[in-house]
Amino acid sequence: MNSTLKKKLHDSLVEILRKTSAELPDDVFEAIESGRKIEESGSSAKYAMDIICDNVGIAKRKSQPLCQDTGTVLFYIHFPQKTDFDELQNLIKKAVVTATKKGYLRQNSVDSITGKNSGNNIGPGAPVIHAEPWKKEDFEIKLMLKGGGCENVGAQYSLPDSRVGAGRDLKGVEKCILDAVQNAQGKGCGPGILGVCIGGDRGTGYAASKEQFLRKIGDRNRDATLAALEARVTEEANQLGIGPMGFGGKTTLLATKVTALNRVPASFFVSVSYMCWAFRRQGARVNKKGEIQKWLY
Amino acid sequence: MALLEKIDGAYQLIEPFTEEKVRSLRVGDMVEITGELLTGRDAVHKWLDSGNEPPESEVRLKNSIIYHCGPVMMKKGKKWVATAAGPTTSIREEPYQAKIIEKFGLKAVIGKGGMGEKTKIACKNFGCVYLHAVGGAAQVLAERITSVDGVFGLEQFGSPEAIWKLKVERFPVVVTIDAHGNSLHQEIEAESGEKLKEVISKIGK
Repeated sequence: MNSTLKKKLHDSLVEILRKTSAELPDDVFEAIESGRKIEESGSSAKYAMDIICDNVGIAKRKSQPLCQDTGTVLFYIHFPQKTDFDELQNLIKKAVVTATKKGYLRQNSVDSITGKNSGNNIGPGAPVIHAEPWKKEDFEIKLMLKGGGCENVGAQYSLPDSRVGAGRDLKGVEKCILDAVQNAQGKGCGPGILGVCIGGDRGTGYAASKEQFLRKIGDRNRDATLAALEARVTEEANQLGIGPMGFGGKTTLLATKVTALNRVPASFFVSVSYMCWAFRRQGARVNKKGEIQKWLY
Repeated sequence: MALLEKIDGAYQLIEPFTEEKVRSLRVGDMVEITGELLTGRDAVHKWLDSGNEPPESEVRLKNSIIYHCGPVMMKKGKKWVATAAGPTTSIREEPYQAKIIEKFGLKAVIGKGGMGEKTKIACKNFGCVYLHAVGGAAQVLAERITSVDGVFGLEQFGSPEAIWKLKVERFPVVVTIDAHGNSLHQEIEAESGEKLKEVISKIGK
């Protein structure tokens, strides 16, 4: 990479970080707006939804973090095959440091042994970078900022699970997902969005469940069985009456996104990741000059 | 006439905070606070629980409101400004909260996600309420802070953990544990738990 490309790519990465931290994607905001409309006026659920909508507007206007917990920084990138990957990784880290200095990201990366905050969001495992080369000449850079409150309420089930009454089939999967919603109430800031992976091992299952958040809220699963499961679980969860922030109400989940990986015969995992309403995810196509061409959400 | 005035559906809880005022609130009530909040989270709660307390000349904990919050603070000239100030998860303070409510006569605790049985009992016994701020709403809540009037323990605890004295105006919260032994969290959890059993039995084997 020459120095002009590096400079432009760095600036584009910083802009992606800024926009992700300060602006809720349209598809998420539309879902929140629909939830707000169905909550009863005068209820605390409505009150919470009104505050959430105001917050989205102010953060965007002021270009400040939607939530003070700017979370785990997760990149999902496709890059041209000829790119020097080490250089790309270094650029990403540099952009994260810049975004932290500018206040788009809170100092959020702590050494797990000493408890010391690195102060710049860089350290072992931070930021998280999933990257794959592709045959195209431009970059696809997606980013998710996932706060700690919602990350803490993720859950992984190993079927059969006698507590939940879940056997090794789709009905069992459905029960596990609903159990996770019940347990997340109040803690993960609702209304939430679920990413689920059926199968895989413990590691790949959680990773794939999180990747489901890259899908748009309104998209439809290409697998008809999973599409039906997604719709059913969302509807059932919204019957539980947990509501925004666990105040009680109709809007508990905005969407459920499910994928499946093969498993070994002995294992049957259901991995559930929870995303709070402050669903910070953005992405851009960046051309070979390092300039943002198009926003993806 | 109700003790607290209601504007746009929200009870106005205005300093001085008294037991009579907070006892007039019930779970589910929407409230707006005007007056001083003191931030305090994990490090401060552990420190207070160990028998320490800040000098009264710097921080007056008596009859105060503690806010579970690690704000993003920026220094503009000589003044501090809170640029993001949403609540953090309260349950981590459950081991300490009841004792602190009793010792300092706290009138309210603000956070998110609710608290447990011990805190609920302390609220009832000592005339305190748990107020739920909307998690993630860091900007709305920061806008209601009209001034930052000082900080205690900045060196000792670090910025997110220090005790910040925040002056707020119409700071929006919902009562989820009142001073009469009611917890909205326990109610909703029990109701949704029953509903979950129904839904799961419909799914069948």
